[in-house]
Amino acid sequence: MTNGYHIVVCGSVVPDPLQTLEPVSTPTGPALKNEMMLPAVLDPWAAHALYEAANLASKVAGSKVWLVSVGPKAKLQQVMMTIAQRVSFELVPVDASASGFADSHSTAALLAEAIQSIPGLDRARLLVFGGWESASRGAGATMQLVGERLGILDQFQGVDQLRVLDDAQPDGSFEVLERIEGGRHQVSVCAGPPALLGWATGNLPEPRNNPQIGMANMRTVMPALQKAKSLPLPAGGLHFLSASPPKQQRQTRVVKDLSPAQIAQEIAEWIGK
Amino acid sequence: MSQNILFLAHVSEAGNALPKASYEVLGAAVKLTKQLGANLTIGLIGEDVAAAAETIAAAGTERILAVSGPDFATARYASDAAAAEAICRSAAADLILAPASSRFMRVLPGVAHRLNGCADTHVTSLEADAVNGELRAARWYYRQRIETVIRRDARPWIVLLEPGCEAAWTGMPGPVKIEKLSLPKFATRTTVTGIRAPQSDAQTIRPDADLLFVAGAGWTKKQSDGKTHVPEAEKLILDFLRAAGSSLGGSKSLVDQSGESQAVLRFMTHLNQVGQTGSTPRHPKGLSMCCHGEEPHVVGWRFINERRAVNLDPNCGWARGKADVLYVADAFEVLANLNARLTPVAQSSPEAMPQEA
Ligand SMILES: Cc1cc2nc3c(=O)[nH]c(=O)nc-3n(C[C@H](O)[C@H](O)[C@H](O)COP(=O)(O)OP(=O)(O)OC[C@H]3O[C@@H](n4cnc5c(N)ncnc54)[C@H](O)[C@@H]3O)c2cc1C
Repeated sequence: MTNGYHIVVCGSVVPDPLQTLEPVSTPTGPALKNEMMLPAVLDPWAAHALYEAANLASKVAGSKVWLVSVGPKAKLQQVMMTIAQRVSFELVPVDASASGFADSHSTAALLAEAIQSIPGLDRARLLVFGGWESASRGAGATMQLVGERLGILDQFQGVDQLRVLDDAQPDGSFEVLERIEGGRHQVSVCAGPPALLGWATGNLPEPRNNPQIGMANMRTVMPALQKAKSLPLPAGGLHFLSASPPKQQRQTRVVKDLSPAQIAQEIAEWIGK
Repeated sequence: MSQNILFLAHVSEAGNALPKASYEVLGAAVKLTKQLGANLTIGLIGEDVAAAAETIAAAGTERILAVSGPDFATARYASDAAAAEAICRSAAADLILAPASSRFMRVLPGVAHRLNGCADTHVTSLEADAVNGELRAARWYYRQRIETVIRRDARPWIVLLEPGCEAAWTGMPGPVKIEKLSLPKFATRTTVTGIRAPQSDAQTIRPDADLLFVAGAGWTKKQSDGKTHVPEAEKLILDFLRAAGSSLGGSKSLVDQSGESQAVLRFMTHLNQVGQTGSTPRHPKGLSMCCHGEEPHVVGWRFINERRAVNLDPNCGWARGKADVLYVADAFEVLANLNARLTPVAQSSPEAMPQEA
């Protein structure tokens, strides 16, 4: 790729996975109890997408990374305090609900609009990244819808690897591994940007915090957050008839006084049933 | 005006049959068609759909639409989206039911956008109200932590049903008439070059297995003698998987070790990870050993009905309503005893799975 990629990562905040979530009903549909008080993290699969983007950008000279986030300003700011220390990016925030109960079609419309408004973005170098599913809605729909809105027909989901081909063509062609059933990957070669990739776990460890990167990022992150537009998210004809935590709570039988042989016997019988 | 229901399926990548989950979705489509007095159309995508179409000849449809040919042999967004769009338009469908296969999951929401409709994935049931026929879908939010029932105003509504939620449709095969749709030229800048199995000693993920065996980080931790026993753990686990024909899952802590320079179980990859940032597999039974049973892990067990765990810690997560039985014991000893008891069952051997294409 002669001039480097323009990589736009879509990713927002979700409640910390260790929190217990309780749904409450509001006039606009379900929400999480004390939603604004719950500690938040960058959506895990989107975070992988961001780390992969930064890694790719560091290898292909002239590349640049943006992070487009649709979420409540205060929460975005909180999460950026840690994320901005990990990799370099320019934040493009949109102040709107990051609720899992929001309609993916509405969220995708906001994301696509935000991407289109990035000054100087070159479609011929564009890679749109995101998580293949969120930890909130978990639908795997939003990124596809963003791609459709941007007219990107080379889309990949459940991506664990992007490899720029060795004989690096000036067009930037690359190989992609996508998760399919049975713990396998489908391998594709894409002729180059524009393309959209919804990432699964990828192969990179979480980058370590680097206060210098943090300081450099924060110079653009804070002003961007201050200027972020507040936008409504239309319900888009999606109605919730109920929302409830799982009913199933098991009565666990705790077995402390059997020998390994006796336990094995019990388990073998259970498996065979 | 009566509704048009479309059952949409693709042939499996390894041949010309429909994947098993498709028949479950057909079961749901046939049931709703009867209940609502709707018209059922069948749409098929694949390199060659003739044999698959014959298996569902008796489903009670007037039209079987197909987009077929070498361009549709594998999952590729541009071609699959064009094919599904053409079929949905030709069927003038209000409701489109499709299996939540990896191939359809990655394309049908995009197709919904083209049709000015909407899509919902990971749906676990779709029912029509007995009085007014209103369609209601159940699906989980926040990675299996909140269950909801939803309805949609927009049509067409594409609903991707999870496997294992409906009884599979069965019927006698027979001759069928297939209407082949031809598509306008679409861009093919992507070429699918093959399928790759994970780099591991054996293919350990078996979606159709009755039992999920989950290994946690405890297998690689120092044991009571102050040492780790990783080679022994590897052997015990692989022997068990072979003997029980089960699928292998792992906790995040265990699969993450492969990215760090720690003692690792060589066959464990991120694809085995169960939980919030892993998979939510469907198996009737699950057995966990050396895994603590923390909430972000256990959300991945939502669709495992019967659950047992072996852990040294009587206060681990499994003890708190997350498993039916917790055995407080040393997993090394229990698994060695268990392997000795299990006679190997005839199970599709891992090697039988398609490897490198
Ligand atoms: C954003 C985020 C996302 C996450 N997503 C996931 C996810 O998708 N999946 C997931 O699994 N986790 C996830 N986690 C991590 C989760 O919170 C736990 O840290 C993880 O599940 C712990 O793994 P473990 O139980 O294997 O390891 P540990 O907590 O280290 O537990 C090891 C267990 O092994 C037992 N043990 C040791 N030796 C023996 C022996 N000889 N016999 C019997 N028992 C023994 C110990 O008693 C202990 O309970 C996530 C966390 C975060 C923050």
